[in-house]
Amino acid sequence: MHDIYNFVSGPLVWVSFVIFFGGSLYRLISMAVLARKKDVFVYEYMSLKFGLRSILHWVIPFGTVKWRKNPLFTIVTFTFHLCIIFIPIFLSAHIILWKESWDISWWYISDTAADVLTIVVIASCIFFLVRRIVLPEVKYLTSISDYVILAIVAAPFITGLWTYHQWPGFRVTGIIHIIAGEIMLASIPFTRLIHMFFFPFTRGYMGSEFGAIRHAKDW
Amino acid sequence: MAEPAIKRSDESNKIVDESIDKGIARLTPEKIEQVINKVLAAETGARLKTYVETCVHCGLCSEACHYYLSHDNDPKFSPAGKVKQTIWEILKRNGKVDPEFIRDASRIAYTECNLCRRCAMYCPFGIDITYLMSVVRRLCHMLGVTPLYIQDTAHSHSATLNQMWVKEDEWIDSLFWQEEEARDEISSLRIPVEKEGSEIFYSVIAPEPKFRAQLIYQAAVIMNAAGVDFTMPATPGWDNSDLCMFTGDYEMMGRLKKAHFETAIRLKVKRIVMGECGHAFRSVYDTGNRWLAWKMPPIPITHAVELYYELLKQGKIKIAKKYDKPVTFQDPCNIVRGKGLHEKARYVVDAICEEFIEMHPNREHNYCCCAGGGVINTGPPYKMTRIKGNRIKAEQLFATKARGAKTIIAPCHNCHGGIEDINHHFGLDMELCFLSDIIYKTMEKPA
Repeated sequence: MHDIYNFVSGPLVWVSFVIFFGGSLYRLISMAVLARKKDVFVYEYMSLKFGLRSILHWVIPFGTVKWRKNPLFTIVTFTFHLCIIFIPIFLSAHIILWKESWDISWWYISDTAADVLTIVVIASCIFFLVRRIVLPEVKYLTSISDYVILAIVAAPFITGLWTYHQWPGFRVTGIIHIIAGEIMLASIPFTRLIHMFFFPFTRGYMGSEFGAIRHAKDW
Repeated sequence: MAEPAIKRSDESNKIVDESIDKGIARLTPEKIEQVINKVLAAETGARLKTYVETCVHCGLCSEACHYYLSHDNDPKFSPAGKVKQTIWEILKRNGKVDPEFIRDASRIAYTECNLCRRCAMYCPFGIDITYLMSVVRRLCHMLGVTPLYIQDTAHSHSATLNQMWVKEDEWIDSLFWQEEEARDEISSLRIPVEKEGSEIFYSVIAPEPKFRAQLIYQAAVIMNAAGVDFTMPATPGWDNSDLCMFTGDYEMMGRLKKAHFETAIRLKVKRIVMGECGHAFRSVYDTGNRWLAWKMPPIPITHAVELYYELLKQGKIKIAKKYDKPVTFQDPCNIVRGKGLHEKARYVVDAICEEFIEMHPNREHNYCCCAGGGVINTGPPYKMTRIKGNRIKAEQLFATKARGAKTIIAPCHNCHGGIEDINHHFGLDMELCFLSDIIYKTMEKPA
């Protein structure tokens, strides 16, 4: 058990971080190079001002007509996205690991807060799952990969909660938790989770076209 | 253009389109694979890849689409639903699709999407679904599977450089005819042809000389009254319309826009002003110039709405008596989502009409007329596709009518075609006008 723990919390962490950072950087650079070769006008029309204007509207809850028309979805998706980035970075248990390995630490949230937010994330995942199954327009677009991606994102939070509360088998779930986190990080560059990095470019480009060329709003 | 829906068997609800049938008959799976992969490799890149890989299949774009809303939220008509049935599948199978798949893809891309860009405002990622559907159209064009009527229009463009097989002498004749008619009303009126060095090249789409000649008449009255220094060319290049842009025949689109811009440069005009048309605006301002590697059009383009705004604001046209029926305004996608002319249009409407009643949604969020994007040009076989695909527009207009609106102003030819059919089919019984119809009626005219 200790050997496995040491392996997943040692070398595998390095591997997942290298894949995450290296892979994401590779995806972004290769996309930029491809655009330079095949869609060169994207560079011509991309406008910092109008790109940011559009992005700003879309990253503010209820900042767009679409967000206002779907209040429940808007609340869930904003909370969910903020939490999945916020919790792992500011969780005390994670910061202890940073402290032990690198002797660095920063502000962290209380365990109770983390507990609540984790439950919010899991509930959001259930919301997305139900949405996929129940809403015809989402179901129609859904393939197996969508469930897999949802599972990849949900797994670290479910196992994390389980381990923290030391529910039965928590030693095993602890190891699964680490692996699940690593899988999530490593899969970002190579699945649709890449939307995390592509968002500023797709939204920014549409904002540029609408703002600079078409003098219209895209929100 | 209310043409009867012929060649349509009501029992099977299957649309018969000879051009598509013949195109499909010529295809083999090998040929399809070869053409698709050649086009995708040569013409697509980062945008297609990024859009397809970023889409998280969330379905949020659905409610943007008037087809989806009009078909009781049938997911097959949602923007991403249409992408799923076409380009996703093509990419997933590496172009290994059969002729029947191409038949469906062609129907979806040409007749069940107006390329109106509303979905770009509902997708959080700003995925350009219009672009994805245009790629499908391009593939269908390269495979020779385009609907008959729009392909005929593309042929006309190719043979005559105008949309409606208008011959050169007929064009000149139409201008002289309208000038003569208008001189009965205003004796000093001129439609100056080939006047080099004019301020403005006034350009129209071919349906104007063909069957809406009164629009040329009205434009001439407005510009003469305002003292605008304009000219119209006697050579091909006068027509700014472009259905090749919508069939996916981009080489022809390039030829058309080159002829158009070169005509303007030959006439040494300062700018091109165009009539009340939406798709032509998209072609000259957004799409065609890009194909010719002009970031922006080589010569400034002014849409009629902007011209009327200028003339009214500067007091060059005076309104004798405002139009007294309550009006509403249809925001055309290509000049609103395409150029943000909605506020200027409202200024014009307020200046010429007593009472203005907004339809909802409006401005950038207005529903498409379901005729644009070349869909009305696919002709009578698809008339019901357009009408059934835009019940939501009828509902939107009924709600506006209930609030008192009697007249719909639509400064776009396609919007007219689409709304006219909706008007008749759903028994809306509202009047439909161009801005110039009302300006002409209400303005002070010289003797």
